[in-house]
Amino acid sequence: MSLQSSLVPPVTELRAYAPTADLAVSPLSSRRERAHPQAGTAPDNLRTEPGPVRFIIIALAITFLSVFVVLPLVVVFASAFSKGIGAYVAALAEPEAMAAIRLTLLVAAISVSLNLVFGVIAAWAIAKFDFAGKTFLITLIDLPFSVSPVISGLVFVLLFGAQGYFGTWLQAHDIHILFAVPGIALATIFVTFPFVARALIPLMQEQGTQEEEAAISLGASGLQTFFRVTLPNIKWGLLYGVLLCNARAMGEFGAVSVVSGHIRGETNTMPLLVEILYNEYQFVASFAIASLLAMLALITLVVKTVLERRLDEGQEPKD
Amino acid sequence: MVRRILPLVAGLLWASSAFAADVTLLNVSYDPTRELYADFNKAFAAAYQKETGKSIEIKQSHGGSGSQARAVIDGLQADVVTLALAYDIDAIAAKGLTAPDWQKRLPLNASPYTSTIVFLVRKGNPKGIKDWDDLIKPGVNVITPNPKTSGGARWNYLAAWGYAEKKLGSPDKARKFVGDLFKNVPVLDTGARGSTVTFVERGVGDVLLAWENEAFLAQREFGKDKFEIVAPPLSILAEPPIAIVDKVADKKGTQAVAEAYLKYWYTKEGQEIAARNSYRPRDAEIAKEYEKSFAKVELFTIDDVFGGWAKAQKEHFGEGGIFDQIYKN
Amino acid sequence: MSTAVARRSTLPGFGLTMGLTLTWLSIIILLPLAGLFLKTFELSLDQFWGIVTSRRTLNALKISFGLSFLAALVNLVMGTIIVWALVRYRFPGRRLFDAIVDIPFALPTAVAGVALTQLFAQKGWLGAPLAELGIKVAFTPIGIFIAMVFIGIPFVVRTVQPVLLDLDVEIEEAAASLGANRWHTVFRVILPSLIPALLTGFALAFARAVGEYGSVIFIAGNLPNVSEIAPLLIVIRLSEFRYADATAIAVVMLLASFLIIFAVNRLQRWAQTRIPAH
Repeated sequence: MSLQSSLVPPVTELRAYAPTADLAVSPLSSRRERAHPQAGTAPDNLRTEPGPVRFIIIALAITFLSVFVVLPLVVVFASAFSKGIGAYVAALAEPEAMAAIRLTLLVAAISVSLNLVFGVIAAWAIAKFDFAGKTFLITLIDLPFSVSPVISGLVFVLLFGAQGYFGTWLQAHDIHILFAVPGIALATIFVTFPFVARALIPLMQEQGTQEEEAAISLGASGLQTFFRVTLPNIKWGLLYGVLLCNARAMGEFGAVSVVSGHIRGETNTMPLLVEILYNEYQFVASFAIASLLAMLALITLVVKTVLERRLDEGQEPKD
Repeated sequence: MVRRILPLVAGLLWASSAFAADVTLLNVSYDPTRELYADFNKAFAAAYQKETGKSIEIKQSHGGSGSQARAVIDGLQADVVTLALAYDIDAIAAKGLTAPDWQKRLPLNASPYTSTIVFLVRKGNPKGIKDWDDLIKPGVNVITPNPKTSGGARWNYLAAWGYAEKKLGSPDKARKFVGDLFKNVPVLDTGARGSTVTFVERGVGDVLLAWENEAFLAQREFGKDKFEIVAPPLSILAEPPIAIVDKVADKKGTQAVAEAYLKYWYTKEGQEIAARNSYRPRDAEIAKEYEKSFAKVELFTIDDVFGGWAKAQKEHFGEGGIFDQIYKN
Repeated sequence: MSTAVARRSTLPGFGLTMGLTLTWLSIIILLPLAGLFLKTFELSLDQFWGIVTSRRTLNALKISFGLSFLAALVNLVMGTIIVWALVRYRFPGRRLFDAIVDIPFALPTAVAGVALTQLFAQKGWLGAPLAELGIKVAFTPIGIFIAMVFIGIPFVVRTVQPVLLDLDVEIEEAAASLGANRWHTVFRVILPSLIPALLTGFALAFARAVGEYGSVIFIAGNLPNVSEIAPLLIVIRLSEFRYADATAIAVVMLLASFLIIFAVNRLQRWAQTRIPAH
């Protein structure tokens, strides 16, 4: 069974975000335009809703999005700058804030690059070959999406905590996983596990194996084929997966909170620092860090929109 | 993306490694001591450098007392713990991380500073809260954290219970009193700090049950024109204890430094820092000097009323204990 | 899985990539989850049952699942309205609002938590006027519900949007030219073909809300039995040194996630058999 032809985006939450939801159906190029209700022969009142209904629907949509989605974002920036730009900059220049930013970047770099490599490898195995149990395998990859972040942290405490399954051994060898960078990275890798793979699998399935097979039959090696043929085809999808993976990695709170140990200037990531500063009455500083993360979210959205356009264009010649 | 981030990360990390000190200690503490230890660590580092010529960096971790003890049990490499109540360090000792007699190894029950539980009310005290029995009046919203997760909340609970038992004369009546009190609690945060933020910043509730030092701090941060501190005539003597985590300190070779660090609390300088941060000092001289900063409150101890922490913990906060029963009904 | 055989392709690297995939998957996902289950096996069945049916646990689960269900329902209705507006109508700022839908997904949950709390607290921009009306949002179950609605909205929109975009306009045209009125066309022709996507979006929003922690704990009152969500109860049990309780609750939630994923999978298949593929 292939997911390729599905009209409805399959299983995961990511699918809701991945371009794959769009890519699963082709052709894509004219989709946006096709939505225009202008074309057609039937009289207007049969083709679309009456004016007042349309107005109400648009008003509801705009109001809902403004109140529930835009306003919280505005609150973040308004609170961050409530004491002026000086206080804002000072808050970010604090050594503790810098340390949190460094740690967040480091953890994101580790987890994104590992998941990048894994994602490509898994997508190759799953998309380019048929085998029994494929759906089951995909379900396993999806699993972290639906696991509560708290549980994602808890499982590593149970494994690597001093009272956990590997605790004694780790202590004997003086290896620190929990309450140090490795633990934070592991928890982050867990929660971001599916992003890259899930962005690539449907895309690579869609593209089939013909081009690669041709390259192989012309004498190219497996790696050559991947880098010269496959990679150029999937690069935008890959970037897309990396982008979402990165956004989640930098923003993870629940899982990291359980394994961090909250050592100031050492194991506090930016989202954890938001909570800590908030609890220290340093609301401006807290929202300043929060505003950086909100900025990250906005940049992610802009890049995502650009990438989606690229992905749509990338599909065009294939029709 | 990664290619662009990596050099950046490398650069930032390199920049940070310039601060490495000769000795590093990790102090795992509870929520309201952030300011206290920021002050204390600075003073100790200076004193230590003067005496030994070595630089020392003390790292801090803060959180709910129970969560912090849990993290140490799970392997957080704390050289010293400075928690809200003895029970949490007992839990650490039970796992063999520190000696069972830890509380006898330092003077004064290993509690160099004490505190008590007071009320923080809004300006003008609109609900006229003077004493514990005002808290169970209908329409009074009381803010306190969850005794299951917060050390401060356990002191709050025990202070209320102690008052009721002494005033009303029987444990049964005390139980009803505490039950009525918790009926007036609209929010149960996980930590003392969370409760303060709820009361102060989010404007919920009429009275906050708080550590004395926490109440003073909130007043300093937000202004005397907004909040008033009401000290009840009778409250509990809260003794937040400190201890070395032997297993970690021995492994890291920091036992001696850790001991010097904790013993610094018992010097005049240490006691002065406690007093400055609104913790009640033990030293008679410093206490006299700061007499005016603290309200006169009659204090009972946990040993007086509850027969020690282990017993109180089991009866009140253990599984199926009195607190659980209060929330069942 | 060991009997897996590459059938279709003559490409190299199946053994290697599959081997690496399974190894990495085992280390990161399977081993930790196995550890969780193993831990619960230390409990007797009676103990396990006692923990998950204790009043506090049941209430936390009820709050998490119940409010998530309500939030997902609201997301279903509002999501459909938003998708309809974005796909079928043209209005100023449409593309902007289209992009905005993803904010709850891209915004870190802790940031969402402090922002929503600030907004809905008694002194907040929305909290103050609501308080005048006698409605308290922050620190009540309504607050939890609001946070869950916030994080769930993109799931419905992004699942339904491509399907509505792709819906054959000709069918509508046909219905219209046959004289069906607009309501008829919408409710008898369009909505039925959206049902699988709607249900999938609902299930995804529900799954996300059930496990949500960061954005909820700030705005929830965290009162036992009233506004305490199951993930928070896990954290509380951990800090009470009650690992067995924490893992037992975690296992129940994990099983629920399995069930939801399974349901979504079935929905997918249903959708595929209902609508012929291109």
